[in-house]
Amino acid sequence: MKIAEKINKESLNEYKRSLRFSLHVIGHPFDGFWDLIHEKRGSMAAANTILIAVLLIRIWRTQLTNFMFILYRPEKFNVLMCVLEILVPIAIGCVSNWCLTTLFDGKGTLKNIYMAVCYAYTPYVLLQLPMIFISNIVTREEGVFWSYMDRFTDIWIAILILAAMMMIHDYGLGKAIFAAIATAIGMLIIIFILLLFFSLISDGFAYFISLYKEIVFRFY
Amino acid sequence: MKRKKIIQRFVCLLLAMILLSPAATLKAENNFYTYVYDIWGEAKESPDAYSAQLRVFGIDFGIGDFRQPQGMYAAGDRVYIADTGNNRIVELLAGTESLSLVRVIDTFKNGDADDTFKSPNDVFVDKKGDFYICDTENKRVVHLDKDLNLVKLLLQPVDETYDASQDFLPTKIVVDDAGRALVLGRNVNKGVIQYSPEGEFTGYIGASKVTFSMVDYIWKKLSTQAQRAQMESFVPTEYNNIALDKDGFAYVTTSVFSEWDLKDDKAKPIRKLNSMGSDILIKNGDTPPIGDIDWGEGAGIKGPSKLIDVTPLENDIYYAIDRTRCRIFGYDSQGQLLYAFGGNGNMMGYFMNPVALDHLGTDLYVLDSRTNSVTKLVLTNYGIQINNAILAYQKGDYDLSADYWREVLKLNSNYDLAYLGIGRALLRQNRYEEAMEYFELKYYGRAYSKAFKLWRKEWIEEHIAYFIVGLLILIIVPKTIKTVKKVKREVSEE
Repeated sequence: MKIAEKINKESLNEYKRSLRFSLHVIGHPFDGFWDLIHEKRGSMAAANTILIAVLLIRIWRTQLTNFMFILYRPEKFNVLMCVLEILVPIAIGCVSNWCLTTLFDGKGTLKNIYMAVCYAYTPYVLLQLPMIFISNIVTREEGVFWSYMDRFTDIWIAILILAAMMMIHDYGLGKAIFAAIATAIGMLIIIFILLLFFSLISDGFAYFISLYKEIVFRFY
Repeated sequence: MKRKKIIQRFVCLLLAMILLSPAATLKAENNFYTYVYDIWGEAKESPDAYSAQLRVFGIDFGIGDFRQPQGMYAAGDRVYIADTGNNRIVELLAGTESLSLVRVIDTFKNGDADDTFKSPNDVFVDKKGDFYICDTENKRVVHLDKDLNLVKLLLQPVDETYDASQDFLPTKIVVDDAGRALVLGRNVNKGVIQYSPEGEFTGYIGASKVTFSMVDYIWKKLSTQAQRAQMESFVPTEYNNIALDKDGFAYVTTSVFSEWDLKDDKAKPIRKLNSMGSDILIKNGDTPPIGDIDWGEGAGIKGPSKLIDVTPLENDIYYAIDRTRCRIFGYDSQGQLLYAFGGNGNMMGYFMNPVALDHLGTDLYVLDSRTNSVTKLVLTNYGIQINNAILAYQKGDYDLSADYWREVLKLNSNYDLAYLGIGRALLRQNRYEEAMEYFELKYYGRAYSKAFKLWRKEWIEEHIAYFIVGLLILIIVPKTIKTVKKVKREVSEE
């Protein structure tokens, strides 16, 4: 009862409208992303929905695409890894981009960046879902079309993300490309620091564990 | 009472152990480690395709041990061994289960005088029974008739392409049916030296192109003198062995290559040369025929296989032997690995330093220059079934081939080629759906696609009626509804 009250008709309509807005964004990236952020046409709920759809499709894709196109080893398949392969780059990318753009007078907040990136992944949902089905009704020779479609999805997403960067932070094209490169470098630095951090922590733990063992061996 | 119980339990345990032991004894019969690679490049154990039948030493024939023998040739019912260290050729008669001495050749008639060999490295006997012997240290190839009278000598080529300052040290020889001799020489990297039937040098065949990349050049410029000496020099391939197949094509092996060139098929350790000297070996397997795919490292043995001899059989299966891990690899005519077996060791069926591999029928003979012995390997039932299946497929008897493959699957359900074979046979019988199932099991995309295409065509042809009916309904129903409504409206208006 409480939930039903919470999801009242107003907010459900709002959610539907913001989700439908993603279809406008992928066709008109500049207007779309501007309105998404500045006119409050997008919502976090819709962004999360798109991201979850992307993750689900990524899992289905590896499992259900015909083996002629994606060959995966069932015994080595790991759903968690499959999900993290998308989530981690998005998370680190958003953080790195936000860190850098705040320095280079970008206008966007972390929330804006995340929302825009999620909306930019809409083509993945729209194209890869039918591709799973198509892969099962084409032969290997006809499958050239399949790999072109794959490439096309990537390029479309890249263009959308670039457009999003320009609109969110109010950048020109040159500055947006520069920010993209800087973001990539920033991501590498973040990963490096994370690795360093984890290896230091595990070394620290190892020290105490060996100390404990030493004591145990001495007194037993 | 308590004691009785303990005894009872003990007896039960013993019984259980006896009941469970057949599995253990079955395993003990697998004396030779045999395996194949699956699609992921992982070794999968398989039953033995070959088992060692006997191993003979020189001393078994009362002629003293062989001393570092280097070459072997088998034809008809004879096995010839170039006993290099003892400067002699040993001719053996191969029975079904034994080898016996025919004669020892250590002298021959050179005109009126007797002549001898000096560390002969290889021997070849043609169909007439003429001997061709690589008399290495004497820098010549000796051609003798079957009564050991000298026919001719093949000497150092007098040609500007041959570096005259370099000694001519022939190491391997084969002679084709027309009498053309193909000779490999030590330190000769221009390919295979070819002699006319009259013994004249006619040129080289099969020299591989020297590849020289810009990166190598820059790297070389930057490195010091010492580093440069350590690097591999840009020399073309030096072949280390040669064998003729039933059609007269020369199979050659080489072990001079860069490790990283192996898997993308740039190194080509096994080549099949046509008369023009180009490589025509068929490679339809997941990886080219390079020996081991998964190299591993252990017991001081690492790196890729160094194939040092190859022998093509009458059924187009060829076997190559690896010096690194002393294993023998069998490939079918499509270049797919059938099985690999053998290993480094002292036991029968294992080798210390194999130098030559040859065959009589389907029996394999391996010459080991460390243990100075010859090992005879014979096909097991498993190997026979695989050979039968391949042979039946080559003859076009696909049903029979599938039956043999099913027999193979009973012995080894991990055998990928059997699935492919059954699938192909089903495809020929127009049983597309079953064929697809077999191909999908082992991820044969190319074959699966072919079967799928035919199945899809059949399916559409079968269901075309439904499609047409569905389409008609889609078109007609809205139209009729429209007309009905129109008529109704007209009626009501009136």
